[in-house]
Amino acid sequence: MTKNMNYNINNNGYYGEFGGAYIPEMLYPNVEELRQNYLKIMAEPSFKAEFDQLLKDYVGRPSPLYFAKRLSEKYTTKIYLKREDLNHTGAHKINNTIGQILMAQRLGKTRIIAETGAGQHGVATATVCALMGLECIVYMGEIDIARQAPNVARMKMLGAEVRPALSGSRTLKDATNEAIRDWINNPVNTHYIIGSVVGPHPYPDMVARFQAIVSEEIQWQLKDKEGTDKPDYVVACVGGGSNAAGAFYHYLNDTDVKLIAVEAAGKGIHSGQSAATSALGFEGIIHGSKTLLMQTNDGQITEPYSISAGLDYPGVGPMHAHLYKSGRAKFMSITDSEAMTAGLELSQLEGIIPAIESSHALAILNQKAFKTNDIVVINLSGRGDKDLQNYIDYFKL
Amino acid sequence: MNRIQQKLKEDKKLLSIYFSAGFPNLNDTVAIIKNLEKSGVDMIEIGLPFSDPLADGPTIQASSTQALKNGMTTEVLFNQLKDIRKTVSIPLIIMGYFNPILQYGVEAFCKKCKTIGIDGLIIPDLPIDVYNNEYKTIFETYGLINVFLITPQTSVERIKFIDSISNGFIYMVSSASVTGSSSGFGDAQINYFKRIADMTLKNPQIVGFGISNNETFTQATQYAKGAIIGSAFIKFLSNNTFNKIDEFSNSILN
Repeated sequence: MTKNMNYNINNNGYYGEFGGAYIPEMLYPNVEELRQNYLKIMAEPSFKAEFDQLLKDYVGRPSPLYFAKRLSEKYTTKIYLKREDLNHTGAHKINNTIGQILMAQRLGKTRIIAETGAGQHGVATATVCALMGLECIVYMGEIDIARQAPNVARMKMLGAEVRPALSGSRTLKDATNEAIRDWINNPVNTHYIIGSVVGPHPYPDMVARFQAIVSEEIQWQLKDKEGTDKPDYVVACVGGGSNAAGAFYHYLNDTDVKLIAVEAAGKGIHSGQSAATSALGFEGIIHGSKTLLMQTNDGQITEPYSISAGLDYPGVGPMHAHLYKSGRAKFMSITDSEAMTAGLELSQLEGIIPAIESSHALAILNQKAFKTNDIVVINLSGRGDKDLQNYIDYFKL
Repeated sequence: MNRIQQKLKEDKKLLSIYFSAGFPNLNDTVAIIKNLEKSGVDMIEIGLPFSDPLADGPTIQASSTQALKNGMTTEVLFNQLKDIRKTVSIPLIIMGYFNPILQYGVEAFCKKCKTIGIDGLIIPDLPIDVYNNEYKTIFETYGLINVFLITPQTSVERIKFIDSISNGFIYMVSSASVTGSSSGFGDAQINYFKRIADMTLKNPQIVGFGISNNETFTQATQYAKGAIIGSAFIKFLSNNTFNKIDEFSNSILN
């Protein structure tokens, strides 16, 4: 690892060798329009003011940085939880959808499309579309629609149309394909709100910037509590990687702060049912981005598995591929059962029921020993309400 | 001269047919190619199936999925095609997404294409700048024509740039759509065909997407050098035997 390396995106839309925009020509005008405008729009004072105001009054930011006393005692280290679970709609996803809906409005778009796996990003998108009075179509795998009924109902109640993705494996990856096809078919009036730091440039960078509020707040909140804005570790789970991108963002180039990305090992990395992309994947192209992805030797994208629908993606965002390859972030993986146990533990030690995604980040406390005075910030990316049925089934509650 | 370039010099409107290799059955590839040539079409696009074909509509997607289930891989396709030039002289293009080609190795892939006698490649998600900076010399070394797409939204400057780096034909996507989604051309599309024809580009244009019968073929080729049919042919293959392929081609050309 080079001390002075830059882990942000470069001018060509790459993080190291990862990123770019590997898209069919049909998408080029849309993506190019966004590329040319996103930084300009984000820098406009009126944009910033509206974004900040909505994050404060509508989302409920800043989200607390909570010192988890009993968890810290158990693991004999100082653990802070960044409470993204307390945001409106229950996860960090809303930070990005607020940003992108304002972006879409400024680009003159009147129709919004999104993909969703478990439905969290779909709900966050349907929410901001209701807020702004824009038409909203959410693509969701037919299989996910069946297993995430409450979120489907939420989206419908918010006025969104949920369209089943019937192709391929009928899960998140296929919902993403369908959303991209919709965008190809509707190139003028439509904005595609991608839910993670994936997809063609500029999406990974744009989404990371909207999520960067997470680490921006950690900096000043930690300064208040500990007299330093630098934790020793920042820990976050990674599916596509948007909550991790937000939690890492302002620490990317500060190598005093160690970054830990936690992937879903599913039933075990070598079980054939896993989503641990850094361990199982290799370089290739998925959804318009050169990154690490799970695929056959022949270049066909394979199906990931995790108990957590939010981590069930066969790639990682190009930023994370670069953090992995460069060694800037340590990648760990957590199985279904380790995550579930960690979720139950947090519930009973701190009175916080985490999303199963976030439980993966918590579970590393059992894998890695931290020093007594280490400051460990764990991004609690979402709340566990949506996962209640999973917890009930798993623990026979 | 490359077979595609030769074909483009002929004084006629060209019909190019796309099919997904490995569909309906794994080993149909060679028989489909032979029957297509015999039926009088001008060019063939052999689809290398991909698990996540972003630019394709339901028909081609489903045929790709079936082909993969049947066991199609890059290696299998190359094996099926290894003797194709002993019997077939029609221009052959491989159309596929970039990831499988990247995993095979771009240079190894191009080299294999040359050995077999493939004339060109269409890789919809290989960006123009990446091609230009990293792969152009490889394609040229192995005598492969790389075909780029344009759409009604492509800017004039970009069309001119694409024309400048092309050496075969330009794949003119008829409308903003995935494959197989249109029925008949309206004024907007006809105006777009005219607009591109008026640019008098150095490369001829071949229209794809939304061509399914004699009427749409005739409309498209009024302004362009030729037209490509994919989804309609795949639907035909699902319901008919190979010996009827000439009926399909005749229904388009006459």
